[in-house]
Order: sequence, then structure tokens, then C-alpha cells
Amino acid sequence: MQNRYYDGGGMEEEKPRLLLMGLRRSGRSSIANVVFNKLPPSDTLYLESTRDINKERMHSFMDFQVWDIPAGVSYLDAPDQDIDGIFSSVGALIWVIDAQDEYFTAIQRLNDTILYLCRRYHSPQHPDNPFDGMPHIEVFVHKVDGLSDDFRADVFRDIQQRILDDVADHGFDAAPIHFYSTSIYDATIFEAFSKVIQRLVPQLPALENLLNGLCSKTGVEKAYLFDVCTKIYIASDTTPGDITQYETCSDLIDVVVDISEIYGWERPDPEPGSFEEKMLAQETGNSDAEAMITMERRGAKCLYLREVNKYLALVCIMAVDDPAEKRAMVEYNMRVFARGVNQVFEVRPRLMEDAEL
Amino acid sequence: PPAKRMKPRKVLLMGKSGAGKSSMRTIVFSNYVARDVRRLGATIDVEHSNIRFLGNLFLNLWDCGGQDGFMDNYLTPAAAGGQRESVFANVAVLIFVFDIESREFVADVANFAAVVGALADCSGTPGTRASRPSPQPKASDKSPASPATTAADTTSSSTVGKEAPKVFVLVHKMDLVPPAQRERLFAERAQHIRARAGPFAARTAFYATSIWDQSLYRAWTAIIHTLIPNADAIELLLQRLAAAIGARELILYERTTCLVVTSATRGAEQANPFGDRCERLSSILKTHKQSLARHTRSQPGSAHFRDFELRTSRFAWFVTRLTENTNLAVVLPPGEQLFNFARAGVAAARARFVELDVGGGGREVKGEG
Ligand SMILES: Nc1nc2c(ncn2[C@@H]2O[C@H](COP(=O)(O)OP(=O)(O)OP(=O)(O)O)[C@@H](O)[C@H]2O)c(=O)[nH]1
Ligand SMILES: Nc1nc2c(ncn2[C@@H]2O[C@H](COP(=O)(O)OP(=O)(O)O)[C@@H](O)[C@H]2O)c(=O)[nH]1
Ligand SMILES: [Mg+2]
Repeated sequence: MQNRYYDGGGMEEEKPRLLLMGLRRSGRSSIANVVFNKLPPSDTLYLESTRDINKERMHSFMDFQVWDIPAGVSYLDAPDQDIDGIFSSVGALIWVIDAQDEYFTAIQRLNDTILYLCRRYHSPQHPDNPFDGMPHIEVFVHKVDGLSDDFRADVFRDIQQRILDDVADHGFDAAPIHFYSTSIYDATIFEAFSKVIQRLVPQLPALENLLNGLCSKTGVEKAYLFDVCTKIYIASDTTPGDITQYETCSDLIDVVVDISEIYGWERPDPEPGSFEEKMLAQETGNSDAEAMITMERRGAKCLYLREVNKYLALVCIMAVDDPAEKRAMVEYNMRVFARGVNQVFEVRPRLMEDAEL
Repeated sequence: PPAKRMKPRKVLLMGKSGAGKSSMRTIVFSNYVARDVRRLGATIDVEHSNIRFLGNLFLNLWDCGGQDGFMDNYLTPAAAGGQRESVFANVAVLIFVFDIESREFVADVANFAAVVGALADCSGTPGTRASRPSPQPKASDKSPASPATTAADTTSSSTVGKEAPKVFVLVHKMDLVPPAQRERLFAERAQHIRARAGPFAARTAFYATSIWDQSLYRAWTAIIHTLIPNADAIELLLQRLAAAIGARELILYERTTCLVVTSATRGAEQANPFGDRCERLSSILKTHKQSLARHTRSQPGSAHFRDFELRTSRFAWFVTRLTENTNLAVVLPPGEQLFNFARAGVAAARARFVELDVGGGGREVKGEG
């Protein structure tokens, strides 16, 4: 499995954009580097303060850009066309608040930004979707690892309340704002990013359907479709899940990627006539990586991973007691599923071609 | 017949308070996760742990609290009210941990010199005790062990005829040093420390470590390796098995700690660009074990997988249990037929490894009992 797709090349403006905003030292660059560059969380201590807007383009199952916008950029005072330059074709605005610090200033700035956007996008003539086209505001209550469980919940509620109250006071109750509590030291940041990205995936309902179908057919308890590089999941079946399930599945990706890295190196051709050469002449390996782990404890779950394409992998938790027995059935269904996913992602270009005819 | 119980091997873990000794111990042997160790309190006096490693190899690990008062007490002879003799006698391995962040490096080194001095007094030095002529007995069942060597190995607490202790120095918390400076700083420190290692200077092994990456496993794999009496015989058997089933690589590791006992590599795999893959695997597998434990809400010690298969276009891999305390990781060329063949081969070889498990895993090697 490949595990890097970073590409610093030129920006294509029409790609959906994720803006990372927040006060100085709030943790924006840390988040971007941990999620998209695999930087170990403890190494974020060495990150330097961001001076200019830092744009990175991600190539994956869909292309998008991540812009790290330093607190010093005073976009709200800029002329309108410049502001449009920042906010047009924005998929999501992620606002990072340092929950370990005094957060009133951060909330103040965020509220200014939200109100500005609400005024700009609000169209009362469309009562069913009055904020059509407005980027989703994703508030990350961040660095919660440093807080006790109780205090964490209090801080989260307090921040959420202050923001929603202010927005409601101005009559924008229905504005698209979502809250997450996050830390780069655990899975919460990946879970939050997954939810943010899922709002930008037009194929989400189709993918969820496929995953639900897979679960009901094969006794899968929980299934995720992962972007392998970032360990963001772009869809999951719709049964309620918990974060330990996500962690278990994303940890399996780590193991598979790590072992694949160690043993997937390009070897010289085997010696002619050797045992290995004869074996390799007869058959080839899996074109898509496949992994399965069964536990020793009776009744424990079994983990399964299958590469779906260059970027995506299906990972699931199953309650299979004797996988050997069900193996053929599982494999068959997983293959069908992989084909289904690839069809979902091909539909759009084909429709567009049709339209051009 | 009851298993021949080997005498536990005594391992001293020393260094200044806060250096990271207990963190390492709990991560390697007690299934803590790196981020959990922040909750550990200071170690008061000595914390003993008896750790059952392979089969009947028992480690008796002394985690010696490093606060100044305790250190003085360890170094003071019994006659003057201290514990010098009891702490430093019969030591198989001394692990001394230096905190890279310490502002008192000079004092730390002086402490190290005093500890090494006490060790030489009570457990002997390579010079004086290398006098034992016979090499390590090969536990291979083919070569009959001479009675002399067997006797030497089982001699009781008397220091005569036993091997001198080995000294490992770990320069720890390297993650706190910016990556570009790590190598130079480590070399510098190692040089200063070696100069004060007295009779052990030439044979002290140095490792740069951090609980946050696989460097921890590199050091501990080396430490454990010196304690396994029949590592050579196990390796030989692995080599034969690898050839028989057409494996590219076999890695035998201990199930609880995931430390690699030994491995065998064949053909082109010897050119694998990841020279550190054994400690990487320890770290990967251990991390994963903990993740599984979290998900199944079981004790990390009991979260073992029965089986782990991975097939890609370039290689196939499986892990299976080999003996009571070991798992075997098998790396193969891709292909279903070879995969099934190798599985059968490993299953058939299991009995041979059970016999070799240190101490015989309950069974004596035939011909000696
Ligand atoms: N405890 C904790 N610290 C974090 C977390 N995320 C980031 N940090 C720390 O917060 C500090 C600032 O992080 P940066 O990512 O540089 O913040 P930034 O928002 O990019 O800051 P500027 O670029 O200076 O505006 C660093 O020391 C990070 O290690 C977190 O989840 N928990
Ligand atoms: N950054 C970093 N901190 C570490 C490392 N190992 C241990 N620590 C921290 O050092 C502190 C003291 O560790 P402890 O094991 O109690 O030290 P001991 O007194 O030698 O047993 C703890 O807060 C650990 O979290 C490491 O490799 N890197
Ligand atoms: Mg920054």
C-alpha cells in the first residue's frame, strides 16, 4: 500500500478548500501536519509559527486543498473581492480554539467571522435552505487532552453555548455550525476531520448504502471506508459506532501499511531455476492487499482489511468465530463491495461526458 | 518430569530519578502505552519484578529508585548500614539510564562510575572472570554438552566461574532533542560515559532511546538477547525451517513483550533496506496488541491474536503461535499455494521448537534424562 501523496505543485482553484483558522498557537499547523503529513504529535513542539497562508494540495480519492491561515491575516477588513478570493469554493472553515488557554478572544474573532459569512450568504427567500452555498463552520475545541474529563465537558459546553447564543441573537439560528472536541494526541482529531470531509463527499449516501448492505450480508459489525493516507474515513455504515471501533480499524491500517513498507520493497528478480522463481511463475499475489486478524480469546472479534483502490481501503470488525469456514463468503462479498465503490466514484465523470455530447 | 527451573537472571535498572527507568520497564514488560507513563510516581527504593520470559527463563528485574538518598544507600556496604552487597552481587546485566535533558551530566556520570565500581566489587569484571575457558554451551541437541559446562552454568550463588555482568548504557528521552542534533549529542555523551566505565569500558553497549519510537525495542532486544542461553540453537532451527518452507524471513518473538528472540533471513531478503526491521516489528506488533486490548476491553497481557494474515502483490505474511511464549512471523513470496504449504510446514515444526523453548518447556531434551 502506498502511504504518501503529498504534492506541493500549483493550485487548481476549483478544488474544494479547507480553511484552518484560529488565534496564534491554537494548534492549526500541528493539526495539518499530524493529519496530512503523519508528523508524530510530540514533534509538533518544534513547529515554527506560521507567517503566511500555507496552502497544500491533497491528492486522494478526491482532490482538495488545505489552507493554514495565520491569525495575522485580517481578511475581514480587506476589500470584498479579496474576501471572495478566500471564501469562494471553500468546503469548510475549520476554526481551532485552544481549550487550555483563555478562549474569549478566540470566540470573539470567530463570531465576527461567522456573522460576516451569515450576512453574506443568508437568503431568507429560500426558507428550506437559507444558507445555501455558505461554507460549513467546523469548530474544533482543541488541546482537550490537557483537561480533566469533567472540565473538558464544561469547556466544550461553554464554548458551544457562547457561539450559538451570539449567532441566535442575530437571527441566524440555522447557520451550519458544528462542534468537536479534539486533540492531536488521540483519534479525536481524525474522527473530527472525517466528519468534516464527509460533508464534502457527494457520493456519501451511495457509499453508506453499500456499507450497510455489506454489513447485513456478511455479519459485519462495523465497516469503514478509509482514505489510507490520512486515516480519515469518508464513509461508514450507519449503525452508531464508538471511537474505539474507529481506533481499532485505523490501527489496523497502521499495521498493514507499516509491514507493507518493510516487506514491500522492490526486490531483484529471483534467480532462474530457484524455488521462488518456480513458485512465482505459477501464480501471483493479491493485486489488492488483504489482511485478516483473528483473536485468541473465544468470542472475540475479527478484523478485516481490503484495499479498494489506490486511495481507499475497507476495514471492518466482524464477529466471525471460525473465519476459515466463512472465508470464501466474506471474500466474495468484499470483492463485490470494492467493485461497487469504484463504480460510485466513476459515475460522475461519465455523467459529465454524457452531458457534453 | 518436572521442568528444570533455571535460576532467575538478575537485571539492575539504575539511573537518576526521573530518567525514565520505570517508564521503560512498564512499557516493555507491563503493557503500558507510552502516553500512560506520565501517571507513574517516583520509584521508592527498589521495585522487584519477576518476569517470565521465554519458557523457563526468568528475569528478576530490580528497578532501583534513583533519588539521591536511595543511591547512597545502594552504594554503602552492609557493614555501614547500606545495601551494597545485596544490590550488586550476582548481577547478569546492569542497565544504566541517562536522561538526555539532565542539567547535571557531570554528577550523573560520577554516579555511573560509582555504580560500575560497586558492580565490579560484588559481581566481578570482564578481566577477572573471563578466566572461565569454556564458551557458552550450545543447547543444540546434536552436540552433547560436556558435563563441565553444564555444571558451570548451574553453579549456585557463588560468583566463581560465572560470567561477568554486561553493562548497557541507555541515553534516554532522545525525542526531546531536535532530530538533526541527535547523532552528535549521543556520540559525545557516550564518549564521556565510556571514559568512566572502568573495567567495563571496552564492553559497554550504548543505545540512544525514547519511549516514543522503536529505539526502545532496539535496546531491549539486545539486552534480552544476551540473556537467552540457547539463542544459537534456536536460530539454527529457524534457518532450517525457512529453507524447508521457502520463506524469505522468519522472526520469532516473545508474545508478551513482542521482543524479537531471533530471526532467519534468506536469499534476496538479506538486502532488505530496512536494517532495523526487527525492532520496528516489535514496536508495530506491541502497539497493535494494545489497540486490540482496548477494543476488546481485555487486559493487554491477554490480548493475543490467534492469527494474522496479510497478502499483497509483493509478499505474503502470517503470524502464528509457535510455543507457549513465542509467536512466529513468516514472510513469503506472494501466492496461495506457497502460503498453504508454509502454514503446514510451520505446524509440523512446532514440536521441535517446543523442545528448544528455554528449559524445555516442561520436557527434557531426549538422551539426557
Ligand atoms: N497538549 C496539546 N498541545 C497541542 C495540541 N495541538 C497542538 N499543540 C501544541 O500547541 C503549540 C502550538 O501549535 P501550532 O500548531 O504551531 O499552532 P498554530 O496555530 O499553527 O500557531 P501559529 O502558526 O503560531 O499561529 C505546539 O507546541 C503544539 O505542540 C493538542 O492537541 N494538545
Ligand atoms: N520525552 C520523553 N519523556 C520520557 C521518556 N521516558 C520517560 N519520560 C518521562 O520521564 C518522566 C520520569 O519517568 P520515570 O519512568 O518515572 O523515571 P524513573 O524515576 O527513572 O523511573 C515521566 O514523566 C515520563 O513520562 C522519553 O523517552 N521521552
Ligand atoms: Mg502554525
